[in-house]
Amino acid sequence: MDVLDRIREQVENNAVVLYMKGTPQFPMCGFSSRAAEALKSCGVPFAYVNVLQDQEIFENLPRFADWPTFPQLYINGELVGGCDITLELQASGELERMVKEAVEKAEQGAPAANDDQG
Amino acid sequence: MMNRQQTLQQALRAALDPMHLEVLDESHMHNVPEGAQSHFKVTVVSERFAGQPLIARHRQVNAALRDEFEAGLHALAIHAMTPAEWFKRGGKAPASPPCLGGSKAQP
Repeated sequence: MDVLDRIREQVENNAVVLYMKGTPQFPMCGFSSRAAEALKSCGVPFAYVNVLQDQEIFENLPRFADWPTFPQLYINGELVGGCDITLELQASGELERMVKEAVEKAEQGAPAANDDQG
Repeated sequence: MMNRQQTLQQALRAALDPMHLEVLDESHMHNVPEGAQSHFKVTVVSERFAGQPLIARHRQVNAALRDEFEAGLHALAIHAMTPAEWFKRGGKAPASPPCLGGSKAQP
């Protein structure tokens, strides 16, 4: 699969995705670390991609949404921003609301296994 | 020849007509050679940001510095505010984080 299609699939199939250097447990960059901590503070699970472990994504993510730096936070398939924006949204309480809404929406949208009522 | 700090200042001044502009070379805080001019922090206060969401403000800053990103600018902390927001914060931008080692790491 083309790398841009691969990224598109990741951001569309996960309500919240953080592209970062390292992992939330072992971040390799101060900016990535802060963004991951901000997301953790929202108390809902989120997906992440360690760009240091994927050369293709590392090289191509900047042109996916025309954003030159890491980390990059996507909610509902849309780029929200990098570290500074994530922290500002956290400080204003917006981040938690956005993340929770996205996760709820994803849960409602997911086809329930035994639900044939439409 | 201008150093990168001056180049960034010039580009941002031209693009955003800032009331206040600070460009700090924070490369020394990171795992890069001395004089790398790779990590910067920009505080830009401009009336042009009024009514714009953060991502639109940051996109304008990034766009103004596109050539520099292509020429080796690696990290940019951005604090983009309107004059009213800037005064409300008491004229200060948040501090940047420490490195943690990933600057030199390539996948």
